Amino acid sequence: MAVRRIELMLCTGTGCVAGGAFRIYETLEKEIQKQGLEKEISVIITGCNGFCGQGPLMVVQPDEIFYGFLTPEDIPFLVQEHLLKGRPVKKLMFTPPEKKEPVPLLSEIPFFKKQMLVVLRNKGIIDPEKIDDYIARDGYTALEKVLSSMTPDDVIDEITRSGLRGRGGGGFPTGTKWKICRTEQKTPKYIICNCDEGDPGAYMDRSVFETDPHTVIEGMIIGAYAIGASHAYIYARTEYPLAIKRMDLAISHARDYGLLGKNILGTGFSFNLEIREGSGAFVCGEETSLIHSIEGKGPEPRQRPPFPAQLGIWDCPTVINNVETWANVPVIINRGADWFSKLGTETSKGTKIFSLVGKINNTGLIEVPMGITLREIVYDIGGGIPYDKKFKAVQTGGPSGGCMPDSMIDVPIDYESLTEAGSMMGSGGMIVMDEDICMVDVAKFFIQFTNDESCGKCTTCRDGSEALYEILTNITNGDGKEGDLEFLDEVGNAVKDASMCGLGTTLPNPVLSTLKYFRDEYEAHIKEKRCPALVCKNLIKYYILPEKCTGCKLCLKNCPPDAIKGELKHVHIIDQSKCTKCGTCLDVCPPKVSAIIKVTGKEMENITGIEEPYPVKRRKK
Amino acid sequence: MAQLTLDELRKKRKEAKKEIYLREGKYKSKIIVHMGTCGIAAGAREIVSAFLGEIEILTDKDVMLTTSGCAGLCSMEPMATVELLNSPSVKYGNLTTDKARRIFKEHILGGNIVTDYAIGIGSEKGG
Repeated sequence: MAVRRIELMLCTGTGCVAGGAFRIYETLEKEIQKQGLEKEISVIITGCNGFCGQGPLMVVQPDEIFYGFLTPEDIPFLVQEHLLKGRPVKKLMFTPPEKKEPVPLLSEIPFFKKQMLVVLRNKGIIDPEKIDDYIARDGYTALEKVLSSMTPDDVIDEITRSGLRGRGGGGFPTGTKWKICRTEQKTPKYIICNCDEGDPGAYMDRSVFETDPHTVIEGMIIGAYAIGASHAYIYARTEYPLAIKRMDLAISHARDYGLLGKNILGTGFSFNLEIREGSGAFVCGEETSLIHSIEGKGPEPRQRPPFPAQLGIWDCPTVINNVETWANVPVIINRGADWFSKLGTETSKGTKIFSLVGKINNTGLIEVPMGITLREIVYDIGGGIPYDKKFKAVQTGGPSGGCMPDSMIDVPIDYESLTEAGSMMGSGGMIVMDEDICMVDVAKFFIQFTNDESCGKCTTCRDGSEALYEILTNITNGDGKEGDLEFLDEVGNAVKDASMCGLGTTLPNPVLSTLKYFRDEYEAHIKEKRCPALVCKNLIKYYILPEKCTGCKLCLKNCPPDAIKGELKHVHIIDQSKCTKCGTCLDVCPPKVSAIIKVTGKEMENITGIEEPYPVKRRKK
Repeated sequence: MAQLTLDELRKKRKEAKKEIYLREGKYKSKIIVHMGTCGIAAGAREIVSAFLGEIEILTDKDVMLTTSGCAGLCSMEPMATVELLNSPSVKYGNLTTDKARRIFKEHILGGNIVTDYAIGIGSEKGG
């Protein structure tokens, strides 16, 4: 291929694709042709760039200029100004919320500055659908090293010394797991890559597949060599079409190159890999359920021990690791256990990918060294909370995790500190919440999710989650009573102690952690029938402040159940018997007027909405 | 595609590296061609092509070619600025494709400023 002077690294992760990245791709190609630049400039499709909140986005290389929120309409101007005339387009660059001037360079945007890319080292640099791009970035050098100069025991030793721990949530030392499996007598042995990522708000594994599928494949080949396996499964959710497509393509390219199959690279080692798609049952992320699902059985977990490393799929020893764990392996082999073990904290080494979502300015996928504090993640990388709201909590680890309050914002993040806080690392979902979030409501949401997803095998999990959900529903409906909190605590702990698999033992975490840190909110709901965050519908009322209402009829026209009475220049009244509390009136009331408020608790008593509209008094300007 | 051996994979990697150099940001020198309307009218597009042609035959592609807007000296277009690592930038004016190739060989590769075409050393100070 001829040399080019510019490459446009267009993000085509699922987020940007949903935002129209492929339409932008077509427009770019068309405009580049139109300006006659097709020999000098090419558009490269990359996996997730990480700054999903800015998508669709692209980075212009070699200038390293970052453009976000692109639309096809922006492209003609962009191509003419930047690509032809060399004048970067300011209005499409990223401007931090508190600043006026945009930050042109990717490396200077705070979101990227504090990150450390190990697993995602190729993000935004390679085209995930081209194996040559991965090879150019020293891809498969670790495999070369392993096959030509290391024994399986050397490999296991290196991984053990690196301190790598499972990234799927449990945090079991990877090297130890491999060693257990290697010493088992029974053959054949299998390995599995767990990409059944079911946590709401988490998309780390999907993005690794979409961004750099070969790093997972390379890690798995190395793992297979180490434990003596010849066959592997990748278990991925069928809801991840793009990830599966790219992984499928990567497998066939690797096979073409002789990196999979018989006699890999002429070294005599043989190994094969296939994808199995799961239909999205949350419990399939649990390793024994996952194995049952591949075997074609009902996805129910079983008692451990024996652990899968001893007795796994088809009753053979099986190493099952998460996507991110596998993706770390090539880097550890290449750069060495000593290098890796210097990253992170005493007990948690390396980096961790988190998906940073919720009430945060910079939504996206981040990779940070273990031991970073929540404050650095939320404020430095995440850019803080939108609209200057107050930070309230971070929910880590998805439905199995817990909420960390602002008092824990300076705790260094690693496996132990999160567990100590009553949460867990989980696979890395991080949901940021601000003052407008009701913690009881959050707990209810997660319990509803796990209650739905419980496979029903253990009574404690099946009925316990039901009981927790019922009580939480009562509390949020204003029907909470004395003793509810003690009951939640007791049932929660019973579910935790008596359930068999990870789903049951962790599902009470959202309730227990919010009870621990936000007990006052629960009490306000029960004793004062008050929702401090003004969320729970049965505990709030919408009210129009007579001294502020200008009688513009905007809320009246937009109210879906026609619950607002009024006429032009008359103070509007919300008929509380008709109000469904959808909040539309609050959204449409002009910010300058801001006449609509939510009230809760005692303040609701005198608001009935039976009075009639009356003329607006003239106010001094 | 035939299956690769270890050596063939290494060879492939060497080839593949040439394709992605733009994205890795490893440069020793930088050429900026000024592409304002004046520059384009005076033939800056051909200058870009000439530089690209030279980069193409390099084994180590550590030269970055970029464009920028009008440099303010429209009568001297087409113009280009050459920056070598750790030395002041040099502006060249009234370029032709032949001049561009000579600058590439003598200045970028050889490290010697082509005084025949240079119109200034260093950049204007920002206000």
